[in-house]
Amino acid sequence: MTKPAEPRNAGEKTPKAPAHPVRIGVLAIQGDYDAHAQALREAGAEPVLIRKPEQLNEIDGLIIPGGESTTFLKFLERDGFLASLQTFVRSKPTFGTCAGCILLAKEVTHPPQASLGVLNATVERNAYGRQIDSAIQIGPTQLPGGPLEMVYIRAPRIAETGDGVHVLAERDGFPVLVEQGHIMAATFHPELSSDRRVHKRFVDLVLRSR
Amino acid sequence: MADVHSGNGHHAPDSPATLRLKVGLAEMLKGGVIMDVTNAEQAVIAEKAGAVAVMALERVPAQIRAEGGVARMASPKKIREIMEAVSIPVMAKCRIGHFAEAQVLQQIGVDFIDESEVLTPADELNHVDKHAFTTPFVCGARDLGEALRRIAEGAAMIRTKGEAGTGDVVHAVKHMRQIVRDMKSLTVLGEEELYAAAKNFAAPYELIRMVAQSGKLPVPNFSAGGIATPADAALVRQLGAEAVFVGSGIFMSDSYNFASPEEAAIRARAIVRATTHFDDPKILAECSEECTGAMKGLAVAAMDPSQMLQTRGW
Repeated sequence: MTKPAEPRNAGEKTPKAPAHPVRIGVLAIQGDYDAHAQALREAGAEPVLIRKPEQLNEIDGLIIPGGESTTFLKFLERDGFLASLQTFVRSKPTFGTCAGCILLAKEVTHPPQASLGVLNATVERNAYGRQIDSAIQIGPTQLPGGPLEMVYIRAPRIAETGDGVHVLAERDGFPVLVEQGHIMAATFHPELSSDRRVHKRFVDLVLRSR
Repeated sequence: MADVHSGNGHHAPDSPATLRLKVGLAEMLKGGVIMDVTNAEQAVIAEKAGAVAVMALERVPAQIRAEGGVARMASPKKIREIMEAVSIPVMAKCRIGHFAEAQVLQQIGVDFIDESEVLTPADELNHVDKHAFTTPFVCGARDLGEALRRIAEGAAMIRTKGEAGTGDVVHAVKHMRQIVRDMKSLTVLGEEELYAAAKNFAAPYELIRMVAQSGKLPVPNFSAGGIATPADAALVRQLGAEAVFVGSGIFMSDSYNFASPEEAAIRARAIVRATTHFDDPKILAECSEECTGAMKGLAVAAMDPSQMLQTRGW
């Protein structure tokens, strides 16, 4: 049931707003980047698959998808990609899901690893166990529209949060969906559900900041 | 908080939620390289090179082929050592139809089970009923009918069979082209023709209909069986594979000897990079240049058909 592109955005545009549709990159090293690209289309944005650092100049915001965070890091270590991405996430809207959330965190544990360090949080990798402990839950959220389905796959846990982190949903008392200024992060996979509220919220964040 | 589904290691019957979680993990592996490893040291090399997962084995396919004998599930002790050494998902193989080996693998907590033709089959007629497991399964296929039969049994990921342990990509290519051609052929058929198509492919009508409508498999479609170089990985990706398995090609220099850890790491990194940039010849050239060698290999065309692993299973 594909919904038509968000018509509400057109009315919100200020005279200064650029004419092109909102272009949001999806880091496409590896992982479920296609699922995010489809979710962005359904939320009214134009997805761009990002595989090279120079492509970061073409986009208004970025999604770092689910996948393996160690694989992402190995790849980013080449060609100055990590430095370019670090600059990007400091000023431009960025949304990380699962592995993406790990990459955005200030501190990563279990085991410790490098990260972009922009989200004031400590994230514990594979915190719920292995694939056999993966789960789909329906839980409350501060997003308008009632409870939200959350698909957790070998999920990390946001163990601690610092200044400026606004919690939008929790699981067992730990945050699972957070916002901090121009940054959003989820330990679950909204791209694997049909509910588009999370992606729409990010598209709105990108629209407000361009 | 309502718990729609939570895998708990019990022998739970398959539900739509479980299936989504199984396919969900396969989605996370897309665009990556899954590497065969035989010990913790190799697993660490694979993880550091950027592998998205490792396949824990007693022997890699080239060794199994060379040494002969009955090839079985790896020892749980060895698999646990590998699980403890890396943070990425760990897969392990069970014999075709050997659901008790699969129960053991699920019990020790592997993230994916490969019901594999590389091991000696345990059942000449039946594959494992994969719906009976919480752990997701990947299965090999040579054409669309075989892929859909495995999906009907509950497979959450399909890979081409190719010809494992040869370092010859020719049958990985053959099987990927066959599956893609079969899928395309369905998309031009009328609704009334799909019943006969189901009969011809020997696959369930409902799955045939899904492929006819979407033009793709209902689960991720990966490639395996003979991929040995960065260009091989790029080739199967361009033909439609969403990720690649590399077996003997990284850690072996020929069917008996391991490559040095340094050489294996170089090959692994180059194949990982080529898999992401599969459609960028400039970067592929760099990856190919970095790679200092590939396993000696075994030409499939010169093989006796009775030596082929791909004919195991149906």
